[in-house]
Order: sequence, then structure tokens, then C-alpha cells
Amino acid sequence: MAEPSDESWDDYIDAVGRVLSLPIEDAWRPAIRANLEVSLKMAKLVDEFSLADEAEPASVFTA
Amino acid sequence: MTASAIAAAVATRKLTAVEATDAALARIAARDGVLNSFTDTTAQRARAKARAVDADIAAGKPVGPLAGVPFAVKNLFDVQGLPTRAGSRINRDRPAAMRDAALIERMEAAGAVLVGALNMGEYAYDFTGENVHDGPSRNPHDPTRMSGGSSGGSGSAVGGGLVPIALGSDTNGSIRVPSSFCGIFGLKPTYGRLSRARSFPFVMSLDHLGPFARSVEDLALAYDVMQGPDPDDAACTARAPQPVSGLLSQGLEGLRIALAGGHFQKNLFPEAAEAVSRVAAALKVTEVIEVPEAARARAAAYVISTTEGASLHLDRLRTRPGDFDPAVRDRLIAGAMIPAPMVDRAQKFRRWYRAQVLELFKSVDVLIAPATPCIAPKIGQATFVLDGVELPVRANIGIHTQPISFIGLPVVAVPIPLEPMPIGVQIIAAPWCEHVALRVAHALQQLGVAAAPAPRGVLENGSRSA
Repeated sequence: MAEPSDESWDDYIDAVGRVLSLPIEDAWRPAIRANLEVSLKMAKLVDEFSLADEAEPASVFTA
Repeated sequence: MTASAIAAAVATRKLTAVEATDAALARIAARDGVLNSFTDTTAQRARAKARAVDADIAAGKPVGPLAGVPFAVKNLFDVQGLPTRAGSRINRDRPAAMRDAALIERMEAAGAVLVGALNMGEYAYDFTGENVHDGPSRNPHDPTRMSGGSSGGSGSAVGGGLVPIALGSDTNGSIRVPSSFCGIFGLKPTYGRLSRARSFPFVMSLDHLGPFARSVEDLALAYDVMQGPDPDDAACTARAPQPVSGLLSQGLEGLRIALAGGHFQKNLFPEAAEAVSRVAAALKVTEVIEVPEAARARAAAYVISTTEGASLHLDRLRTRPGDFDPAVRDRLIAGAMIPAPMVDRAQKFRRWYRAQVLELFKSVDVLIAPATPCIAPKIGQATFVLDGVELPVRANIGIHTQPISFIGLPVVAVPIPLEPMPIGVQIIAAPWCEHVALRVAHALQQLGVAAAPAPRGVLENGSRSA
């Protein structure tokens, strides 16, 4: 998976920010981008782990 | 005085609850100018409660095991009459809480006296004990150093000897980190053991509440009175309370103990390695057990935390982004942007990892691991150098706590009084086996290996020591 460029990170932040109605000031962008890169690195580590189709999430609702 | 000693003295009328309460309030007045551990003191309410305890004793009525014991709570616990700030500026605009948190009610039902609410990292998304709104809570052994977070005020207040017991929360390490940095005992019980009713959440999937103390007996005393089902917390267990105070002196007989290997033996400063080896030597433990996929467990805990945290605060991020600590805001905004399948996978991985670790507990009763990779860093310190590599402090403080709370295992953080600064070690047991971890902690205390050092960072007149 190729690392996105700064520009495409900004496009992603703008697009998701609009969907979620989050006001994002330009000054916050570098820190948000840095956090997003760390969080997605963590998420990727989880994503790379192979799980069975039958794997239940930990958050199981009890009726 | 320990909580046990205060309760015994009050019950036998050698000391009144009012005297014990006034003494705690005087210590707070004398020392908290340096420590900055309290955000609110509740002197009026505390004295009224203490008078009621004394009146019961005078009338010959039975009193609880914490009669007259002063305690304080992280300011994410609801305290009747105060807005529950949870370390934030925004929450100060909330209406005052109508009712105390469940655990405060249980502590006070046992005779304890609430004396105030404690500083914490904003919305508990923190490992440092720093707070941009209230200033940092400070380390009682060196006020230029961090108390640890996010229950920093809890660590500072107990480590500084202001109160014998404090309550805090732990989502990824927020009881164990301040315990380690401030040199005190902390219990993060099994997920679901203690009610979180009327406390401000961070990550419902991972949030735990628990006590801090200066001895294992006090930790057990507080834990015992707080146990029990509570329909007001959906995650709280229906199991009957399992009191532990009477089991502490059972010692190590029959317990199989091993060191956690792999991830837990990496990224350690020499102090952390020394603390673990002192514990291992005292317990005569040599076996090392690899916890499978612990680094990935930490990553999954990170993903669940940042996304659930973002969801919790989404409306506040929309309407009051300028009122957050900018560092917390920017982490939460990034958390809102993690694709949903990755979160679902993290929750599925959580169940897989739980099954692997439960398998380990068939052959061992206790795992030993570092609580933090380092002693308390300097307040404001952004990086440290480990094995020649410069690493960010904040992101790495919780690397050894996160894979454990991720699956809700009970842990006692025990303080190892190294010089010049203490550091903690995690005593980890299987789910619902708090008594096992506490027995080992008690044995280490009896052996003199684990102890809460007297605070050296504050003097009675409130000035800093040299």
C-alpha cells in the first residue's frame, strides 16, 4: 500500500471532515495529519492480522 | 497513617473522624500548592460526613471498615453539587451532578469521607498528568516530573500522602501509569468488576475504575467495599462480591508465576528492567512466557480508544473545538476519520487475543510485566532516547499497560522504591482473580521489595524541597 502524499491526506481530511460536519482550521491540519498517520499505522497492524470469517467481535450485545 | 490504621483508631475512639478529616484538609492546604493534585476540595461536606460517623460511634451504632478514612476521586466521578469536569474546560458548563458516582456512595457507606476531586488529563486521553486548563499535577518525589496520567491527581495525592486512598480510572493504563510514576499501589480490577455508574466515560469498551493506596491492605479494603453488581452500568458483572482482604496473607503457596516475555521485555529503560528483576528474584521466578501478539493488541486498543473517544466527543468537536486541549482535539479528530472496518477488526482481534491469553492462564496464575518503560519523565518532556533511538514520550508510556487492559485482566501495580525515583511493576492475573494478584503484591510488600516511598518532593510549608 503506497503512502498517501500530504496533498491526498489533506483531501481525505477535508472529505471526511465535511461528511462529519467537523470544522477544521488550517492550523490544526499538520497535527491531525500526524495523528491520523499514527492511528492508521496502528489500524493497519490490526488489519494485517488474518481473522476467520466466523470471528465474533468482543462487543457482543446481550438481549 | 494508612486507611486501615485510621479506621481502627476511629472505631476504637482513639481518633475522631472529624480529626482525621481535618488533618487531611490541613495536609492538602499545606502541600497541594506544589502538587496541584486537587481541583476541588469538599471541606463542608467532608466535615458533615465525619461528624455523622462520629455520632454513629458515640451512639454505639456499627460503622464500616473505612470509618473516618479521607479519600478523593479523579474529577470524572460525579460528586453531588459539582459539574463533572473530566479534566476539560467544556464540561465545567454542565449542570452540577445530582448524585454521587456509585463508587463514592459505596466508599461513604463504609464510613469513608470524600474530601475532594482530583486533577486529570483532559477527558482521560493522556499518560502524563498534564492539563492545559488546570496546570499539571506534580510528582510527589520530584515536582519537576510528571505524575503520570490520566489519573495524575490521584497518583500525586496518594503519593504525596495527602489522602490514604484515591479513586481513578484506567482505559489503557491510567491507574497503573500514575501508580508507577508516583510510587504507590494501584488496582485495575477485571473489566466489569466495579461499577462505572455516574462517572464520565472515555472508551466504554475499555474503561475501568479502581483504587490507589500506599499499602496492599488499604487497596484491598477499598476494593472490597466497592464490589457488587450495579444495573446502572451495563458492563458491571452480576457476580457476587469476592472479598479479598482476608486472603492477602495466604502468600505465594501454590501460585505459578512467570515473567511476560517478548513485547514486555522490549523498550525498557534500565530502571524498568531492574524493577522487574527485583520482583522476579524475590519471587524466585525464572520462567518467561511469551504473550502472543501483544504489540498488535496494543495497536488494537489504540484504534478502539481513538475511535470510541471520537464518537463520544463528536458533538463537542463540532461546536466547541477551540475549548479542547489542542493535542486532545487533534487526536480525536483523527480518530473520527478511521475507517469503520478497521474498528470492527480491532474488536474481533480483541476476542481472538483474549482466547490466546486465557489459554496461557491454564499453565500459569500470574504474569509479571513492567508498568511503565521509564521512571517519571520531566513535565513537558516530549521525547526520550532508548537504545539510541529518539521516541515520543506520550505515545510510549503505555506500551506495556495497553495489551493487558485491552482484555480486561486484573492488575496490581506495585511500587519498587528505586533511587532517586520509584517505578512500578504489573502483577497480572486471570479474569476475576484479583485476589491472586493482590496476594502476590502483599507478599512483595512483606518481603520489603514493594513499598510506597515517603514523598520527598514537598515540604510541610508547601515549598519545594531541594
